Formats: sequence, C-alpha cells, structure tokens
Amino acid sequence: MKYTTLQKQKGKFRILAGSLSVVFILIISLSMSEGNKNTEEYINLTAVKKDSTVSKEAFRKVYSVLMHPRCMNCHPAGDIPLQGDDSHLHGMSPHRGKDGKGMYAMKCANCHQNENTPGLHAPPGNPEWHLPPADMKMVFEGRSAHELAKQLVDKSKNGNKTLKELIAHAEDTLVKAGWKPAEGLSLPPLSHAEFKEAWITWIKNGAYAPDDSE
Amino acid sequence: MLTLNINNKAIQVDVDPETPLLWVLRDHLDLVGTKYGCGVAQCGACVVHMDGEAIRSCVTKVKRAVDKKVVTIEGLSENNDHPVQQAWTEVDVPQCGYCHSGQIMSAAVLLKENPNPTDEDIDIAMAGNICRCGTYSRIRKAIHLAAEINKSNL
Repeated sequence: MKYTTLQKQKGKFRILAGSLSVVFILIISLSMSEGNKNTEEYINLTAVKKDSTVSKEAFRKVYSVLMHPRCMNCHPAGDIPLQGDDSHLHGMSPHRGKDGKGMYAMKCANCHQNENTPGLHAPPGNPEWHLPPADMKMVFEGRSAHELAKQLVDKSKNGNKTLKELIAHAEDTLVKAGWKPAEGLSLPPLSHAEFKEAWITWIKNGAYAPDDSE
Repeated sequence: MLTLNINNKAIQVDVDPETPLLWVLRDHLDLVGTKYGCGVAQCGACVVHMDGEAIRSCVTKVKRAVDKKVVTIEGLSENNDHPVQQAWTEVDVPQCGYCHSGQIMSAAVLLKENPNPTDEDIDIAMAGNICRCGTYSRIRKAIHLAAEINKSNL
C-alpha cells in the first residue's frame, strides 16, 4: 500500500518534471527563433551545403569585383562619389544627399540619363543611378575582405536585406550597370555571370568572411 | 512628331527623339538663352528645368522631355523678375554672361528647395556651373540677396 502511494507520488513528480522540461524547451526554442531570425535563415540556407573554404574562396572573387572602380566608385567612404578608373573624387563634387540621389541643382539624374551618353568623358547612365542613402551608406571604399563580407550580411548595414534578398540583388539593374561602363572605362575583373556564380556560392556555403591574413 | 511642354506651352516638333533637348530648344524653337558649353554635362551652361529639376539639356534626349514640363531661362518669369534675376541685376553678376542662364536656373532650384541657403549649401548646389570669368563671389552674393527678396515677398 505504502509502496503504491510512493509509486503514485513518484509518477506525479515525473509528469510534473516532464511537463516543466517540455515548457522549458519550448521557451528556449521560441526565444532562439525570435531572437535571431538571421541565424535561422542562415541555417536554412546553408543546411544543404556549408563549406567555409569554398565560401571564402568565392568571396575572394566577389571582393575583386566589389572593389573595382565600377562598383566601389558609388560606394565611397565620404559623401562625394568617385569617378574614373583611378577612383578620384567626382568632378563638380556632387553630394550624396539624404536619399543618395544628390542635392539641389546637383542631382544624379540631372546629368546621368537612362542609358550611357556616347563619347569619352560623357556620363554613364541607368534609370536608377544613385549612391546609397545617407542613413545606410554601404561603404566599400577602404574595407578589407573580412570587413566587407561581415558588412554585406549585417542587416543593419546592408539595407536590411536578408540572405535571399542578397542573392536576388546580383540581378539589380544598378549592379548590372557596372558591366555597361561609359566609353573608355574598364570592366570589372569577372563577367557578370562569373560574379553572380561566386556571389551565390559565397552565400550558400555560409557567407564566411575570410580572415585578412588568409 | 513629338509634343513638348515648353514654358507652359504645348509645342509640336518634328525631330528625331534621340536629339539632345538643347538642340531642339536652340535650333528648332529659337530659344537661344540656353547655351551650349561642353556638350558632356560638365559645365552647366545648358541647364534648364524639367519637372522642377535642373537638368543638363546637352545630354538629355528630347524623348525624355515628353510628358514633362520644361522651363528655360525665357520662361523662368514673365518679366525677367524672378527673385534670382532681380538679384543678378542688382549685384551685376555677369562679366561675359555666357554661363549665366545656366547659373540662374541652377540657383532657382537651390532656392526652391532651400529658401535660406548657407555658403556651403550654395557651393554644393552651384559646383557644377562653371564660370570662366570667375564671378563666383558675386554669384554667391546674389543668391543670398535672392533669398532675402523671396522673404520680403512673403
């Protein structure tokens, strides 16, 4: 009899402990999923394939394009875009402005048309021509490969883009404008197709940031 | 045949849509106040307003102006009395005068967006308008005066 009562009490304790464990695990799971959606997405994207060596190697290729003047010139450290293959400060010193589209009589689209203007030293064109906005400057100039890789996947610094949106960004019209330079200007070191492949490889393999010493 | 809105008038022009707007203004419509300087958007002599923006008409194809409102120096005011024009006259800004229709059109956009500009604002807005006579100090003075004229008109 006593034995049966003891067994019942033990059973109740086990049920209570079991229930508490389930609640505890549930709370932990919820807090993890709420706390870092970036991490969750990162895991989902990289669950199939995650290879730090392949990812870092791909980013080296990506970095060679992002630091080329066709990309970096519109991702300056200051508020004036860069210009030319030597990345000098843009003539006439147009300023970024709040929305990245210039200021007052010096807006990007006042000179930059929907397409390249023919002739040496004439403005390249694209319907979306602009710098990143003042509150999200997305600076490339001066960034090491490690710093830029970290920055590109940081939603607080990349225009609030998820990894999926980053992958889609390779097809952005202004990104692709880098491969349609104005006359006399050089092309990035990879074709757009090669760049896109390296970009996706980098992200899908974990978006690792190479050490600057590597 | 393209239909354009120039200085608040609907105008039809029979031109290649790829023609620069400046050519249409000067050669087809005889609006010669807007000047040709460099032809590659680097000097500012050809600035006109298109939907309120200070665009460079030498690199702007006329097809881009369709369904937009274009204002040239001839249409900035009815009696040459826009506050910027008044200030330009008062300060006697021009020397040779070639660049000044572009200068005035750029200054008008600056004051529309910033009625009380600082020297730095003026430098930012006007840096793309080159004056080979070097009238920059008088340009800056006239823009400050135009801002005062605007205030007194309120």
